[in-house]
Amino acid sequence: MPALIIKNGRVIDPASGYDGVADVWIEDGVVKGVGAGLTAHGANVFDATDLIVAPGFIDMHVHLREPGFEHAETIESGSRAAAAGGFTSICPMPNTSPVNDSATVTSYIAEKARRHAIVNVFPIGAITKGSAGEELAAIGSMKQAGAVAISDDGRPVMNARVMRRAMECALSFGLPVINHCEDLHLSAGGDMHEGLESVRLGLRGIPGVSEEVMVARDILLAELTGARYHVAHISSRHSVEMVAFAKARGLSVTAEATPHHFTLADTDMLPYDSNYKMKPPLRSISDVEMVIEGVVNGAIDAIATDHAPHAGSEKMQEFEQCPFGILGLETAIGLTLERLFHNGRIALPHFVRLFTANPARILNLHRPDSGPARGTLAQGAAGDVTIFSTGREWIYDVNKSFSKSRNSPFHGNKFRGGPVATVVGGEIVWQA
Amino acid sequence: MAGLLGTEHLTRAEIGAILDRARDFQPGPGQSFKRFDLLRGRTVVNLFFEASTRTRTSFEIAAKRLGADAVSITAQASSVSKGESLVDTLNTLGAMRPDAIIMRHAASGAPHFLQRHLGIPIINAGDGTHEHPTQALLDARTILDRGKKLEGARVAIIGDIAHSRVARSNIYLLSKFGSQIVLCGPAALLPRELAHLAPGVTLTTSMDEAIRDADVIMMLRVQLERQHEAAFPAGEYYQFYGLRLEHLKLAKYDAIVMHPGPINRGREISSEVADSQRSAILNQVENGISVRMAVLERVLGGGNGVNPSGGEAHAGASH
Repeated sequence: MPALIIKNGRVIDPASGYDGVADVWIEDGVVKGVGAGLTAHGANVFDATDLIVAPGFIDMHVHLREPGFEHAETIESGSRAAAAGGFTSICPMPNTSPVNDSATVTSYIAEKARRHAIVNVFPIGAITKGSAGEELAAIGSMKQAGAVAISDDGRPVMNARVMRRAMECALSFGLPVINHCEDLHLSAGGDMHEGLESVRLGLRGIPGVSEEVMVARDILLAELTGARYHVAHISSRHSVEMVAFAKARGLSVTAEATPHHFTLADTDMLPYDSNYKMKPPLRSISDVEMVIEGVVNGAIDAIATDHAPHAGSEKMQEFEQCPFGILGLETAIGLTLERLFHNGRIALPHFVRLFTANPARILNLHRPDSGPARGTLAQGAAGDVTIFSTGREWIYDVNKSFSKSRNSPFHGNKFRGGPVATVVGGEIVWQA
Repeated sequence: MAGLLGTEHLTRAEIGAILDRARDFQPGPGQSFKRFDLLRGRTVVNLFFEASTRTRTSFEIAAKRLGADAVSITAQASSVSKGESLVDTLNTLGAMRPDAIIMRHAASGAPHFLQRHLGIPIINAGDGTHEHPTQALLDARTILDRGKKLEGARVAIIGDIAHSRVARSNIYLLSKFGSQIVLCGPAALLPRELAHLAPGVTLTTSMDEAIRDADVIMMLRVQLERQHEAAFPAGEYYQFYGLRLEHLKLAKYDAIVMHPGPINRGREISSEVADSQRSAILNQVENGISVRMAVLERVLGGGNGVNPSGGEAHAGASH
């Protein structure tokens, strides 16, 4: 493959602190250098004038539905949606069928990705067998097969003792534990955030406290065990406050937020439209404000999409029958620019860090056991680059999505800024 | 051509027009209901996914009295969910071109969801724990018929408010007319957010407090099928939230007692109260027909110029 030189963009690499107009030279799949007036013999050139050139964006929380639910998404289709959203690396959660709770399934996903995915795929293994919350999964073997974290995502470990053992096990293998925090007894039967809107619509509520009690439990267990612990898709005010508290105590506690949780509140829902149904649910305006505040003040480390495709027929039902989750990969950059950058809440280096250096650090992709580093454009790092614009106006048409599913509340949304080109291992895999 | 999904988004004038028109359809004292040909040649489908006797029958009679053809289908939601989806069922019915679909469903918002995908007006005959607009309309008609005004009336609604579509529709309707609405029930069935649902709503867990000086006492059925857990100690409900004769002493001397039915004697209301002079329960049932006639006429457009009785407006709003 010929070298690629990305010319004249504003290169922002928070991991190395670099921010300036420069060229990026990629050859043999890795970054060879960043600087002015770079040339390489026979290189392809991409003109990035007026664009931002960043390390490849990492989405540490997606659902690719393969194996088992290929009618909704596949590793290939999900990877194409990721590329079109500006992501060069994605981490699929283990709630496939079968559940990714063994090295066999992890290897299957890794192999499928190697053959069919156009971006890097780093699987997340289950915490417990079948994500049933009882017996620990084959955590060490999954790590050897390529898993970068463990999580029972949609089926949180309810038993605190099992969670403790999982943290201890993950610690010994150097893996973070990611939890979808939801006390299933408190949330049982709920379809949306518990509050005035749920009362008004006559829908059963998922109280904010169902998330918060588990965040509290897990932070205490993380302190007890010393494990690296990460809160998935944080959505409620007190959860954000508790993560800040944990960080202040010096614990290895991190958190991610999804664009929809800092964009929409329960009052923004189109009533009974399942494109607004997800877990955690869209919460109150006060919660949304706190999630934004958490990103701004650093309590929240990363932005992840929780990309959750569901086939049309599954989402065309009575609200209470519909599955939880919405698409996220293709709208993440646009929404985050809209909600956090254009209004001046965060500067561009911070914006880039949320998608690159921070998720890379959480997943140990910044200095992996094997292969090049991710989340940085340092010399020798993977040749993964996200090129985006902060000004290009575009309209999201979900019917043109690369995903196999169409469940997004952002169809028709007008965006200012978004991905322009996605480079994986020195190859342009998608271009606007 | 809009259907009727709830009272929340109706205006006071629209409600007034329906209540006035319902009066035109009421039989005079000692008379039986008259038939009208206002909706001749129209077809309405009664599609009930939940068991119901009175509401379904009431709609059916209302449609027939207006000269419309009424077809009733009882589809148990469970058997439908095993096979055809709700959307497919409705699309199939829609292809037969009825003029309106009257629908009851156990899922909140089911008619709202369908209305977005179906070009036929839907009349909501009760959706889950959300709304039951014709019940609130017939309740308002009944209050007016008993010589009370909605403006300033103190209305106590007592029972499982959390799971009650009757309560929600009544709250929205009564609030638009300036009633004082006191909601009462055990705390687990009385979410605090209810106080912000509409102007004029207050909450109490005390039955005595709710009933004191009330003009109207609306009792709700204890809906065991919608409670997914024991939200109140078993066996204590009637003792603390059942309406008995001694409670009526706290209310206004001419207070009326209402219940959307079916009543559970000895669970939320005593037989003595249900059968007393204060009880308007059978008036509610009777008004169900005239109010639903007015709703059907409004939704289906009627409009062939026939004035059934030359009746005048009584609820304070124009037609």
